[in-house]
Amino acid sequence: MIQPATHTSASGVVATVTCSHCGLPVPKGLITPKPGDQFCCAGCRAAHDLIHGCGLDTYYHLRETGRADAPRADQEPVGYDAYDDEAFARRYVTRHDEAAASIDLTLEGVHCAACVWLIEKLPRLVPGVLDARLSLREGRVRVTWDPSCVKLSAIARTLATLGYRPHPGRDLTKRQIARREERQQLIRIGVAGALAGNVMLLAFALYAGMFSGIEREYAQLFRWVSMGLGVLSLAWPGRVFFRGAWVALRTRSPHLDLPIALALGVGGVAGVLNVVLGRGEIYFDSLCVLVFLLLVGRFIQFRQQRKADAAVDLLMSLTPTTCRRVTGGTIEQVPIDAVEAGDLLEVHPNELMPADGEVVSGSAWVVASLITGESQPVPVAVGDSVCGGSQLKGSSIRIQVTAVGASSRVGRLMAQVSECLAEKPAMVGVTDRIAGWFVVVVSALALVVFSAWSLVGIGPAVDHTVALLIVACPCALGLATPLTFAVAIGRSARRDTLIKSGAAMDRLAQPGRLLLDKTGTLTRGQMQVDHWRGDETLQPLLPVIQQQAGHPIARAVVQAYGHIELPADQRARVGPVTVSARGVSAPTHRGTLAVGSVRYIQEQRARVPARFWGWADHLAQRAFTPVLVAEDGVVVAVFGVGDTVYSDAEAALDQLGRWGWRVEMLTGDCSAVAEHVADQIGLPKQAVNAEVSPEQKLAAAKRRVDDRPVVMVGDGVNDAAALAAADVGIAVSGGAEASLAAADIYLGRPGLATLVEVIATARQTRRTIRRNLAVSLGYNALAVSLAAAGLINPLVAAVLMPLSSVTVLALAMSGQAKAVRLVDGPDPRSEPSDTDRG
Amino acid sequence: MAILYIVLPLAIVLAAIGLAGFFWAVHRGQYDDLDTPSVRMLFDDEE
Repeated sequence: MIQPATHTSASGVVATVTCSHCGLPVPKGLITPKPGDQFCCAGCRAAHDLIHGCGLDTYYHLRETGRADAPRADQEPVGYDAYDDEAFARRYVTRHDEAAASIDLTLEGVHCAACVWLIEKLPRLVPGVLDARLSLREGRVRVTWDPSCVKLSAIARTLATLGYRPHPGRDLTKRQIARREERQQLIRIGVAGALAGNVMLLAFALYAGMFSGIEREYAQLFRWVSMGLGVLSLAWPGRVFFRGAWVALRTRSPHLDLPIALALGVGGVAGVLNVVLGRGEIYFDSLCVLVFLLLVGRFIQFRQQRKADAAVDLLMSLTPTTCRRVTGGTIEQVPIDAVEAGDLLEVHPNELMPADGEVVSGSAWVVASLITGESQPVPVAVGDSVCGGSQLKGSSIRIQVTAVGASSRVGRLMAQVSECLAEKPAMVGVTDRIAGWFVVVVSALALVVFSAWSLVGIGPAVDHTVALLIVACPCALGLATPLTFAVAIGRSARRDTLIKSGAAMDRLAQPGRLLLDKTGTLTRGQMQVDHWRGDETLQPLLPVIQQQAGHPIARAVVQAYGHIELPADQRARVGPVTVSARGVSAPTHRGTLAVGSVRYIQEQRARVPARFWGWADHLAQRAFTPVLVAEDGVVVAVFGVGDTVYSDAEAALDQLGRWGWRVEMLTGDCSAVAEHVADQIGLPKQAVNAEVSPEQKLAAAKRRVDDRPVVMVGDGVNDAAALAAADVGIAVSGGAEASLAAADIYLGRPGLATLVEVIATARQTRRTIRRNLAVSLGYNALAVSLAAAGLINPLVAAVLMPLSSVTVLALAMSGQAKAVRLVDGPDPRSEPSDTDRG
Repeated sequence: MAILYIVLPLAIVLAAIGLAGFFWAVHRGQYDDLDTPSVRMLFDDEE
């Protein structure tokens, strides 16, 4: 058996000295003996110098009281040249006059009061900036500056130096529409609230009159005024329910607006008639409160969903929008939209390919895991073609663009995604399904009550039927359901899980087919060192000699062992490193070390003891690349480099299986790797689908074996169409932009524990909703029987309705998800981050 | 109780004035961001 390796835990870092800026531990090599500020990287030093130099040290005090760490500073803020472009300015900048322009920028890393304070001090940090206003909720700052004094790129660079990487806001129209909608909803709530309050005051007078008597003249006055205000409430803020009911009728889909509109409509018409005729009861106070409460419930859910939308927008704007174009001898930053086929582009390590192309100079590795699902880096050299969206590793290359936009591979996949999203039917919420038969039952009851009372007389029959229809309004349900979802969505957001709609969450409560992508979902999607066998004392030496090699394996080694300190005298004795394509070698205090592939070690004519052969074979079978370490011509250690499975995957799948989910794996990777991963997580062979193309993934997500939901979990562009087509699409952290746009839910933390968490929350939410349902239907049943018996008057209705709402609300708020944690769920902080910050 | 004929419309007018103020505030964007002002007031004024 291969031992689990002992490496890459954050605890390996000596945690006594922390960075004065970001609060993270300072690597031992960077600790300066002098007392005073210590920094973990040059970026944090620059940020601290900037803040200190402008006399803004209050930031650090504010932060301590807020108990939050500063975002880690950007080491070398590059790539903001395009901000000075004419094209950029036309798209994003608003010009007020000669000396003032403004722009909305979305910032990464904004989370607390200290952030607000520091960012709004931007005019002091950058002379020429006139004003900066931050919106904490959206992480968006509006910067007003004088273009004749300072360039926008300088402002952007300062923000990046502080750790708040700016991005121009995308899709401004969408945001404006959302803002207008939110304002309209607020106005409706305000009007409904004011009218409800005033009608209730009038109703008090009338109720008092019921007990102590009231002159008919004044009773009529109160009734007329109540009618005026009540009709206004129904016709203005209450119009949304009538409109919703009308749409539901036209599309023949059940909706909760139907029974609500029925109650409001019948109550309104009967009330007006009774006032005009000067007889019978009026229910305008109950109706107005109904409108007000329902609007509040909907507004809260709308706000939560908008918050999730804004967070997804931010994630999407993180993808680069510019690239480097080489024209003649000069390199310029241009927007990706401006690139055309035939252009020459320069791409740097860790960047994404801006377009499909052919390598014209340089050689490096590309990781196409987001496009194809393949986890192994592929070497590319002059003449090879590269696919847009894949990540470059190693060194810079230049490519000649062959296809952009809709004609590129990513473009074709994106076209499929939007097709699937357009086809996807609107989800019918749980309360809407109930609303369908609710209307039928209530209408039937109304008919029975009317015919029974018409034996007594037509007058009482009409009165009691109207009372029944009003008290049967599912107010508690209409108020509690959006609130229950809003609470669940809000709590998930605090755990970095973004849920775009309550209906999507509701679908997760019922187990169905769960399709899992492999690379990046079940596995980390990055090369990692694992399974070290042999002499462990060599580990600290490896990063030193691997540092100069650009190969992904060398990078994985540096990441794994770079934190172990090598004594200075030993470091000094590391001689010149010889780098070749398959390995490196260098003289050290222990003799000449050679590190590389099996072939490299053979080329070096090193002796390989038999047990190392066995281990190397074993690693190769498990889809790891074996790396051998030879000391003076004898192999003394072997380790594997490959994509490792999340440690919590098996426990998570086990839990999902117990809930009744049928788990399948869909991957573009080869079957040997897929089966090995399946083996590790305890997935049977028949549930593994390897070498699957994006089209086949889409077909799998569309196939319905039964009426149970199909849930797709993935991260890549190759998953995006399937995410859009599935009943619920879940994108995982580190994924491609396309998968974010297509998915209903985004899991912001790596590992599968969050997937279990979101499903647990969905199950809990459904239980809460069922209980709300039982209680509110119980109230309705009670009210309906009272009405059928002719015992309901406006006062009883006015007491019963808020009482039921309050009960259900209390249940909705109290019975919410207790966090489900897997026993060995990973600490998200110990996961390696997928952005290389050096 | 004839005073009601004056007081009642007056109450409604007052409510309408309050609502008008609310509309003005909403359209000015005062309700767009409910999170930031609550922390902004914690900062000391300078100079």
